[in-house]
Amino acid sequence: MKRTAWLGILLAALGVAAVLAPFASSWPDGLEKVAETLGFAHRAEIGPLVSSPIPDYGMPGVGNSRLATTAAGVVGTLVVFAVLYGLVRLLVARRRGEDARTE
Amino acid sequence: MHIPDGFLNLPTAVASGAVAAGAVGYACARLRRTLPPEKAPLLGVMGAFVFAGQMVNFPVAGGTSGHLLGAALVTILLGPWAAMLVMTAVLVVQCFVFQDGGLSALGANVLNMAVVAPLVAAAVYRALGRAVPSGGRPFLPTVVAAWATVVVAALFCAAELVLSGTAAAAVVFPAMLGIHALIGVGEALLTAGALAVIAAARPDLWPVPRPAEVAE
Repeated sequence: MKRTAWLGILLAALGVAAVLAPFASSWPDGLEKVAETLGFAHRAEIGPLVSSPIPDYGMPGVGNSRLATTAAGVVGTLVVFAVLYGLVRLLVARRRGEDARTE
Repeated sequence: MHIPDGFLNLPTAVASGAVAAGAVGYACARLRRTLPPEKAPLLGVMGAFVFAGQMVNFPVAGGTSGHLLGAALVTILLGPWAAMLVMTAVLVVQCFVFQDGGLSALGANVLNMAVVAPLVAAAVYRALGRAVPSGGRPFLPTVVAAWATVVVAALFCAAELVLSGTAAAAVVFPAMLGIHALIGVGEALLTAGALAVIAAARPDLWPVPRPAEVAE
């Protein structure tokens, strides 16, 4: 895999999170709309079981809501990349270790 | 269609979580044997792209929005097993960092969007592969597979709501099907568009599927 190809996709992801995400529609999504229409949306009012550092894609402490979304999106994009890259390297590294032992 | 805390009862949450964990564990075992090490960065950047894409809600009919799911996109590029790992990582980060999707519903959300959706994408994409003329771009298999991932994942979500006693089957199935049939059109357009852009630089990443071969 050429480095330029995947770097291009990562830059595109950061661009989408930073530039497009702040202008996302704030209408309810399909499930939320169905929950409102059918009258079970209130069941989510118990709130989340765990608190999150960046709830609802808004970086705490950033006054401007669009900038807060940009910051949250960039952080999230990089976190997902780092988590997956690390996981896959672990998976593949373990295979290499086994290959070495069986040789 | 990220299910929040409060929508599912305990048996449904535990059962869907167990199925999801088994499937993702199987996917990891397969990837450990078959994934070329040089694909590691591509899995990472596709997860990043799906996360970013899922932030961009687009308006659909009736004051409702939808957003990219991304399961078909990743499945076509990397195969269903890699897509399961990528989609699961996205959902786990969304749940723990961004409060999107409840912790009690994480298993169900992984089952719907990270397990069922990639399997549907792979099955539809492969089944329709024979319709593609040699040398042609697999547009038709791509858009049908992308639409189907959203609709089938929404039907699984509806089934979990019914099993939990949250909604009646007679109303929740048509409601979820109706709105997600529309959101699925957006998914089809976004998936084909993203693949067309990627294939402009790397045609080998958007392979024409053949029914006999397993997308790995």
